[in-house]
Amino acid sequence: MKMIIEGIAWKFGDNIDTDQIIPAEYLVTPDPEELARHAFEKIRPEFSKSVKSGDILVAGTNFGCGSSREHAPRALMGAGISCVIARSYARIFFRNSINIGLPLVEADIDADENDAIKVDFENGLVTNLSKNKNWRFPPYNEFLQKLIDNGGLIPYAKERLSAERRG
Amino acid sequence: MGRTFAEKIFDKRSGGKVASGDVVEAAVDYVMVNDVTGPPAFEAFEMLGAEPLRNKIILIPDHYVPNKDVASAIQAKRMRDFAMKWKIKNYFEIGEGGVCHQLMMELGYVAPGRLIVGADSHTCTYGALGAFSTGIGSTEAATVFARGKLWFRVPKTDEFIFTGRLKKNVFGKDLILRIIGDIGVDGALYKSMEVKGSTISNLELSDRMTIANMAIEAGAKNLFIAPDKKTDSYLKGIVKGKYRAILPDENAQYDRRYEYDAANIPPLVAAPYLPSNVKPASEIDVKIDQAYLGSCTNGRVEDLRAAARIMKGRRVANGVRMIVVPASKKIFEQAMKEGLLKIFMDADAYVSGPTCGACLGGYMGVLAPGEVAVSSTNRNFVGRMGHKESKVYLANPAVVAASAVKGRIVDPSEVVK
Repeated sequence: MKMIIEGIAWKFGDNIDTDQIIPAEYLVTPDPEELARHAFEKIRPEFSKSVKSGDILVAGTNFGCGSSREHAPRALMGAGISCVIARSYARIFFRNSINIGLPLVEADIDADENDAIKVDFENGLVTNLSKNKNWRFPPYNEFLQKLIDNGGLIPYAKERLSAERRG
Repeated sequence: MGRTFAEKIFDKRSGGKVASGDVVEAAVDYVMVNDVTGPPAFEAFEMLGAEPLRNKIILIPDHYVPNKDVASAIQAKRMRDFAMKWKIKNYFEIGEGGVCHQLMMELGYVAPGRLIVGADSHTCTYGALGAFSTGIGSTEAATVFARGKLWFRVPKTDEFIFTGRLKKNVFGKDLILRIIGDIGVDGALYKSMEVKGSTISNLELSDRMTIANMAIEAGAKNLFIAPDKKTDSYLKGIVKGKYRAILPDENAQYDRRYEYDAANIPPLVAAPYLPSNVKPASEIDVKIDQAYLGSCTNGRVEDLRAAARIMKGRRVANGVRMIVVPASKKIFEQAMKEGLLKIFMDADAYVSGPTCGACLGGYMGVLAPGEVAVSSTNRNFVGRMGHKESKVYLANPAVVAASAVKGRIVDPSEVVK
């Protein structure tokens, strides 16, 4: 994971559910780029055309609520989203994102659409460069940090499997 | 100090004494995936270079089967091919199967004290039988295929106590909508819910399943209802293997406690666009285009009976279509035997075989722009059952049936006493 991410904000509200992130009718492929073509189609039809690699989502509470579809973080990664910053996350979305390597920050920040945002993971600091304001966010717990450092759940599980085989 | 159900099961499964907030690895009894969440899991599993733990894996195509188009046919085929390649016997083709959560319970995979994960958010349903069950993602399901265990953050627990007798035409659906309406769609975020009290003890299993099913709609990790004699009798003859119940201690420490007098709860409806937007059915009075009865939430034979009681000798209103989808083959057969399907068909309702289909706006009942549905399902998000300008009102099966007859959302007492 990159320790510093900079990108332009897309602003969303509270309770953005997985049906809004990627509508169920498109769950006929697990391909991130194909899914990205329909991301936020029902609520922000311009998103898939205008999103640029490295952009950041800024949202309110309970981001990613609803279904367990891993297609939601996959669609965001396919669209080039580098990081999500939200006040809180629904638990399955949180797990899925960490497991497949989409960085999430839990913070309540003040940002408008198109503001330039910088996230410094090492120091737990989000900066809104356009507004010249900072917020601190807590580090991941030790286990999650280990997962992230390993590159996600698959490399972690591989390592555990070979350790368990060695006994 | 007493311990909650969540703490006790994670003590047992992680081999230590846990505290809320701890991250532990815990041994899982079963892992289930469906035709939508399966393919990414199969892809991830192949990257692990491991043998699958065959007896723990359950594969149930239900979202887009019978295949709705070529892309979904390819997904369903991937699941069938994976089952064949790895010789996984717990694969349930259409014709023997149905909606995954209903099948998991009917086939006896679920039992008290078990820890079950599934790559579908409504996996929390099994708490109705005293299991700890929760929805997970595809990649982590793949790691459970290989390792039989998974990381969990031990949750805090809230308790919800219901006393008093249910009013006529009030069901488990109304109790869980009451909770979600009160605490909001993130009111139990990351938490475990324990639902209890004399009202709950008096409920049949089908109503308890509806309650547990919608725990995710309050953001919860799981929902637990203490197993009892009714649970044992439901499981008799169907359960796979032995089981031992785990019950919370009487002096367990809860984060929050909510108390309800069930006698004060009327038939409720969750209006668009959140399951927490709850009002009495009698106050809605909205014209409908479609009434949908089915899903893992309310597609059981008890739900069909409640609706048939209202539909009997009546007709679906002009300009309205009603769709009835029993959640499994077993339910379909039972409904046929009892003459329930005949009642629906005589009322000019459309009856189909089991599928998740329209509940998630997939197919078999998708809504056009501006259309309104009353539905026994679990979510009413923007565009959930079709076009972004369509609307879904969530309700119990009696409200769905009565509304189908009247052509607008009503309290069932407008149709039957």
